Amino acid sequence: MARATGAGDRCLVLWFPGWPVTAWALSEGEDAARPVAVVSANRIVACSPEAAAEGVATGQRRREAQSRCPTLLVLPADEARDSREFGQVVECVERLAPGVQVVRPGVCALRARGLSGYVGSEAEAAEVLLEAVVVALGPTSGRVGVADGLFTALQAAYAANPVGIVPAGGSAGFLAALPVSRLGDESLSTLLPRLGVHTLGDFAALDAAAVRDRFGQQGLRLHTQACGQDPSLVQPRVPPPELTRQLDFEPPLTLVDQVAFTSRAMVEEFIGGLTAAGLACTELRVELTGELDELVARTWLTPGVFEPAAVIDRIRWQLQAAAGGQLNSGIVSLRLEPVAVDALVNHVPGLFGSGTDERVHHVLSRVQGMLGHDGVLTPRIGGGRWLAERQVMVPWGDRPVLGTPAERPWPGRVPDPLPAAVFAEPRPVQLQAQDGEAVRLDDRGQLCGQPSVLRVGEERLEVAGWAGPWPIDERAWDPARHRSAGRFQVVDDAGTAWLLVLQAGRWWAEARYD
Amino acid sequence: MTPAELPRTELLARLRAQVAVKESRIRQAPFPVHPELAALLPDRGLRPGSAYSLTGAGALLLALLAEPSREGHWCGVVGMPDFGAEAAAHAGVALDRLALVPDPAEQWLAATAALLEALPIVAVRPTGRVSEGDAAKLMSRLRDREAVLLVDGPWPRAEAQLSVSNLRWSGVGVGCGYLSSREVTVTVSSRRGPLRRSARLVLPTPTGHLAAAAAVEPISSLRAVG
Repeated sequence: MARATGAGDRCLVLWFPGWPVTAWALSEGEDAARPVAVVSANRIVACSPEAAAEGVATGQRRREAQSRCPTLLVLPADEARDSREFGQVVECVERLAPGVQVVRPGVCALRARGLSGYVGSEAEAAEVLLEAVVVALGPTSGRVGVADGLFTALQAAYAANPVGIVPAGGSAGFLAALPVSRLGDESLSTLLPRLGVHTLGDFAALDAAAVRDRFGQQGLRLHTQACGQDPSLVQPRVPPPELTRQLDFEPPLTLVDQVAFTSRAMVEEFIGGLTAAGLACTELRVELTGELDELVARTWLTPGVFEPAAVIDRIRWQLQAAAGGQLNSGIVSLRLEPVAVDALVNHVPGLFGSGTDERVHHVLSRVQGMLGHDGVLTPRIGGGRWLAERQVMVPWGDRPVLGTPAERPWPGRVPDPLPAAVFAEPRPVQLQAQDGEAVRLDDRGQLCGQPSVLRVGEERLEVAGWAGPWPIDERAWDPARHRSAGRFQVVDDAGTAWLLVLQAGRWWAEARYD
Repeated sequence: MTPAELPRTELLARLRAQVAVKESRIRQAPFPVHPELAALLPDRGLRPGSAYSLTGAGALLLALLAEPSREGHWCGVVGMPDFGAEAAAHAGVALDRLALVPDPAEQWLAATAALLEALPIVAVRPTGRVSEGDAAKLMSRLRDREAVLLVDGPWPRAEAQLSVSNLRWSGVGVGCGYLSSREVTVTVSSRRGPLRRSARLVLPTPTGHLAAAAAVEPISSLRAVG
């Protein structure tokens, strides 16, 4: 891999000072032209030029930085965000010149020869790259260094404003004046000054054999770098395969079946692309765009793996659910994006038949294909005081989202034994006294009238026993969800018990003890 | 002593035992049910490949689902939009092995047939009348998959009919108390045996389970005296 860099192997480094701040501004859509600093382990790792002008510098303690600049906005470091946002820069550079190496978020390198040969000179190549990034993304802080070897080019970028070019063969001379701390080796940068070696030029002047004897292989490598003979080459990354697929319909399609049929080939290609990359999709985002620019997007989950037929089902369900409401025009485009993928090896069916859960998933998915996504549900118990509110029905395959925890006390909820029939929507009923008057509560919460007849629809039931009211007054602080009611248990003459609710003068059946 | 010399009753018993052993090799063991219900059912359990008709499902259905679910079997419930999941959980049904198809409308037969492919216990409340042909189709699927179908309502070829009668709630008076438990008479009439068997059970108990009714009747109500 490593070989001596010839004069032809020029290296171009693109560096964005304070990248974590730029990445934050890009991801949040914020303006970085204000004092901002990113802090990791209580030390400043990056700051905006405005913060630097106030005296904030990398390596400072957070409190010291804040004392110098009281308006400083301090952010926690997030390497994932830095890498994610830098991916866009790399893509932008790759559009102009292939073979980009990401040195770290904020720094990327490429061979200068191709691009500079194309646009005329190295300086112009650097200008073209910087301009492309500014046009595509906006950050104007980029610096470019061009030199022999990665190390020298990086040093040139640090010194550049905005383009620094070290001519071929001039590396040693350029590096000679730089301090030894630029080598980036902690022990060497403290030890060498104590030995009287302050600059890279001094270090390069030492005998290579003596450096190896004293500092070992690592020292020898750094010595080679200081001499301007960096042996490391640009190692271009392999761009990740494009897994997202988009299909445009021309003319726009108006029927669900048309969309499902037309997208079949694209869906198979989408799943095929994932399979070729050794991936299995477990979470899928489907985006449909209408003619009037409506965007209907939804993320679908599956306990297994998305097969082409399952994806087409999801597209169909999403269209059916959105038709008429969110979507009032023909479909012009469909986009499929794998949100979560897993290694395919984890999902290959076993040699000796599949397990019970596999078959259950297969069958439940088939019923879902027949009845729609909400056709098959698995119940979970959540929190709340009302029976229907406590049983959370999760469509098969979805991740259960319980808004409220079940294990809290929930004063006022129904204790055991629980009714076996819980009405999803409370049924209107009437509870009447002997004289036919509706039973009601007075202002003091006392019952007016003795319950004797329960009317459920057309049915007339004699009340054999009753108990209540148990008042529930919940969420008084939230006018939208405030609910104040009284619960009753009523047993009719046939021996069936009912759970009734009296709310705002009206009677409802919440559940029945079957 | 050769078999011919044996007394007739002993010979019969031996033959029965042999047949039972052979049958048990071919057929899967019945799905377990609560001991109180097992005493009433023909095979002391839910026989694979057969349908049971329930009248007055609710707590009885939950009690039937509880034991197989506890053993690790999957259960499916079709056409019951008012299924009380929390009561099921308290009765002992594992909710993570329970699939509900609350509103299949006209497709209840197709949905039930599909579920029987993989789920060993499926409860269904048919919408509308069940025709002989539909039942026959489902029964052949049932026998093929060795699953059990629990039908809320009448069913043409049910292995047994379970019905709940003489409901009596305790714990609630007139304007006082709280529902605590219910005594019911569960009656089982089987296709194979002419005798109806019935038992007085507590369904549900104050904790939502099933138990035998106490031999001594509890004092139904207390009155203030003096």
